[in-house]
Amino acid sequence: MIRIEPRQHRSRTMDLGIPVLSAVIALAFAAIPLMAAGANPITAYGEMVKGVFGSVFALSEMLTRATPLIFTGLAAALAFRAKLWNIGAEGQLYLGAMAAVAVGAGWLDLPGLVLVPLIVILGAAAGAAGMAVPTYLKSRFGADEVVTTLLLNFIILIFLQMMLEGPLKDPMGLGWPQSAPILDQGMLPPLMDRMRVHSGLILALVLAAVAQFMLARSVWGFRLRAVGENAAAARHAGINVKRSLFGVAIISGGLAGLAGVSEVAGLKGYLTADLSPGFGYTGIVVAMLAGLSPVGVVIAALFIASVFVGADSMSRAMGVSSFLADLVVSMSLLCVLVGGFIARYRIIRSGTGRAAS
Amino acid sequence: MTDTTVLRLNGLSKRFGPVVANDDVSLSLARGEVLALLGENGAGKTTLMNMLFGHYLPDAGTVEVADEAGHLAPLPLGHPQAALAAGVGMVHQHFTLAENLNALDNITLGAEPLRAIRRDRRGARARIEAIMAHSGLKAPLNVPVGRLSVGERQRVEILKALYRDARILVLDEPTAVLTPQEADTLFASIKAMTTEGLSVIFISHKLHEVLAFSDRIAVLRHGRKVGEMATSEADEAAIARMMVGADTPRIARSAMAPGAPVLHLQGVSVAGRSQRDSLKQADLTVHAHEILGVAGISGNGQSALANVISGLSVPTAGHIRVDGSEIPRPSPARMVRAGVGRIPEDRHHEGIVGAMSVAENMVIERLDDPQVQSRGLLRREAIATHAEELARAYDVRGPGVTAPARLLSGGNIQKLILARVFERAPRLILANQPTRGLDMGAAAEVGRRLLEARERGAGIVLISEDLDEILGLADRVVVIRDGQIVETGSHDRERIGLMMAGEAA
Repeated sequence: MIRIEPRQHRSRTMDLGIPVLSAVIALAFAAIPLMAAGANPITAYGEMVKGVFGSVFALSEMLTRATPLIFTGLAAALAFRAKLWNIGAEGQLYLGAMAAVAVGAGWLDLPGLVLVPLIVILGAAAGAAGMAVPTYLKSRFGADEVVTTLLLNFIILIFLQMMLEGPLKDPMGLGWPQSAPILDQGMLPPLMDRMRVHSGLILALVLAAVAQFMLARSVWGFRLRAVGENAAAARHAGINVKRSLFGVAIISGGLAGLAGVSEVAGLKGYLTADLSPGFGYTGIVVAMLAGLSPVGVVIAALFIASVFVGADSMSRAMGVSSFLADLVVSMSLLCVLVGGFIARYRIIRSGTGRAAS
Repeated sequence: MTDTTVLRLNGLSKRFGPVVANDDVSLSLARGEVLALLGENGAGKTTLMNMLFGHYLPDAGTVEVADEAGHLAPLPLGHPQAALAAGVGMVHQHFTLAENLNALDNITLGAEPLRAIRRDRRGARARIEAIMAHSGLKAPLNVPVGRLSVGERQRVEILKALYRDARILVLDEPTAVLTPQEADTLFASIKAMTTEGLSVIFISHKLHEVLAFSDRIAVLRHGRKVGEMATSEADEAAIARMMVGADTPRIARSAMAPGAPVLHLQGVSVAGRSQRDSLKQADLTVHAHEILGVAGISGNGQSALANVISGLSVPTAGHIRVDGSEIPRPSPARMVRAGVGRIPEDRHHEGIVGAMSVAENMVIERLDDPQVQSRGLLRREAIATHAEELARAYDVRGPGVTAPARLLSGGNIQKLILARVFERAPRLILANQPTRGLDMGAAAEVGRRLLEARERGAGIVLISEDLDEILGLADRVVVIRDGQIVETGSHDRERIGLMMAGEAA
């Protein structure tokens, strides 16, 4: 017989060990389909490592891929800390991207020192607005934000397609549903010559550090943690729960919007409806792997980006499908969820008359 | 009552890490006997019963239970199923019922054969009804348990045990959640069942009910059995001394003239979700140097009154004045700023954020205070030092001020809340069931602090379902009934009791 008891203490080693172990187990499990596809897993993982760390270019690619994941990971982590389940980072990302091209693609011809901050701020504001709506519906009518944020993703995507066929359509785009490119001076400057990694990464890292600091050290972070851990007690203590939720909603949506800004103004230059291969959703995995810690988000985003970039490179080298990356990412989420359960509870077997205690 | 022993615990010991929860405890229980297990919080009562029931595996010792023929046989330890099969039933303090199922399903849940294709509901119902008729424990069977009162839920729990043919019933603090009337009914049923051969162990720290309803008393302190006696030979002071290890300090109170009003409710109405949490045109005045006791049967508007005073609900009509100035739109933050200290009824749920540290919980009501923050950043060292001082002053014991508050025991959580409230020298204190579930030492501490605040000039609203507590502490007693507040103008127990029941105005 098996019994499950909550643990009195959560050990710190477990908090740190579980995400790492989950990542390793996910990679180990992924070896099975790799072998089924006829590849030697060790060579395959070797190719993956080479594809990420083998050259400056590879490293730059990985960092480029990690950048939006840090933004969306932070968006999810902060909201989840307050038990506000923002599943809408994908839509908020596109809102941010739309705002960026709306302002930056020639509408305002300003010097870069003005235009870049403007694009960043308006992009964040658009994302924030995208999260403010479901949060209002939640606090006013009790609408479940899991449902509203998730469904808004699809509404925003359709809205995006409409805009790309209409007002935002590039007149020089040969009929493709894409926006006009952002002005050169409006682009986030690259970090290295002839590499794709751009200064969006710096912004992401700075924001992660700020979030980490604010969460632990500020009154704002105190309120957010109190609301997330026990909203009834927070309310009783005089914390304005609705205002706290709204505050974190705005920040979470804004961070997701910045992911869109960073992709469109840091990397692609113009907006299409396939800008994001699901960065918003992957951000949730990143946040969970990170144990909802902002610094952890950076590490988890680097890991997930490595898996994606490495799997791409491995599939080119070995002819194995790069869907393997999705598999590893999903497996690591499952492992982290199971691991989180093990961290909170212990399983007691009492099969032979003596219970292990 | 016969002398046949139905249960014997031999030298049970249990440690949790460095903490000795039980040390060599032996007990025996006779057929038809009611044994009261007394002790302060943390004395090891619940641990002992959990070992009996198989939730914990003892480090040493054995348990013997009589079989149907009356022969004592050792019980395999660590197996709730074995305890159930041997006829041991346990009713926990926190009920283990599925709220969306009705009583019938709750009672039969888990007791029916797993592989049966259809449940024999009719047979089950007939059996339960027979048990109800026999024991006098009545509960509606068809209503979802979530809609039953606390007393009814407890009866369902007991019926659940009886349905499983329990011959030994363990009740963990059965009256903690009951009104005096419900408690009396419960004990009457228990008495009736013991004449049929049921044996009962009940855990309590209320002396008067132990003296009134048990045959024998065993006292635990620090995990050891420190005394055992027949109830007929017991006297209250001696038992209290045994429990706490010293004489309980008599609460000394001096006569005081009430000062200016600190709280004035005038025609305050609250439309709650149900009758139970509504207030109707309530008038109430509390003066400085005065403890106002609010007596009443549970569910007559106490929580609505508490919510108004703590700022959680906004009245639909009426005026609230604190210290002479009107509070137009009450909120918890405004009430705190107006000088109201609040001791909530449910300390785990509303009193603390369990995952946050003890120190953080101590400052959670004063985040705007420059001692706690400067320019939006927490002054962590100041908070920690402050918490150390408060913990010392209010004797909050636990693994330290940086540890999560949920690791504290119930009594220490209440001390944390007391520290947080009293530290600010509030003008008005709302104490809602402040000693519920606390041991005698901690309860006495609460009473002492309340009297100290009264001395200082605070006005105190003491809401309690324990009439003894109100009569012991309050200068003036009002009764809350059906959302209305009535002055009693007396300390007469019988008169107040009648007013609580609504039989006199």
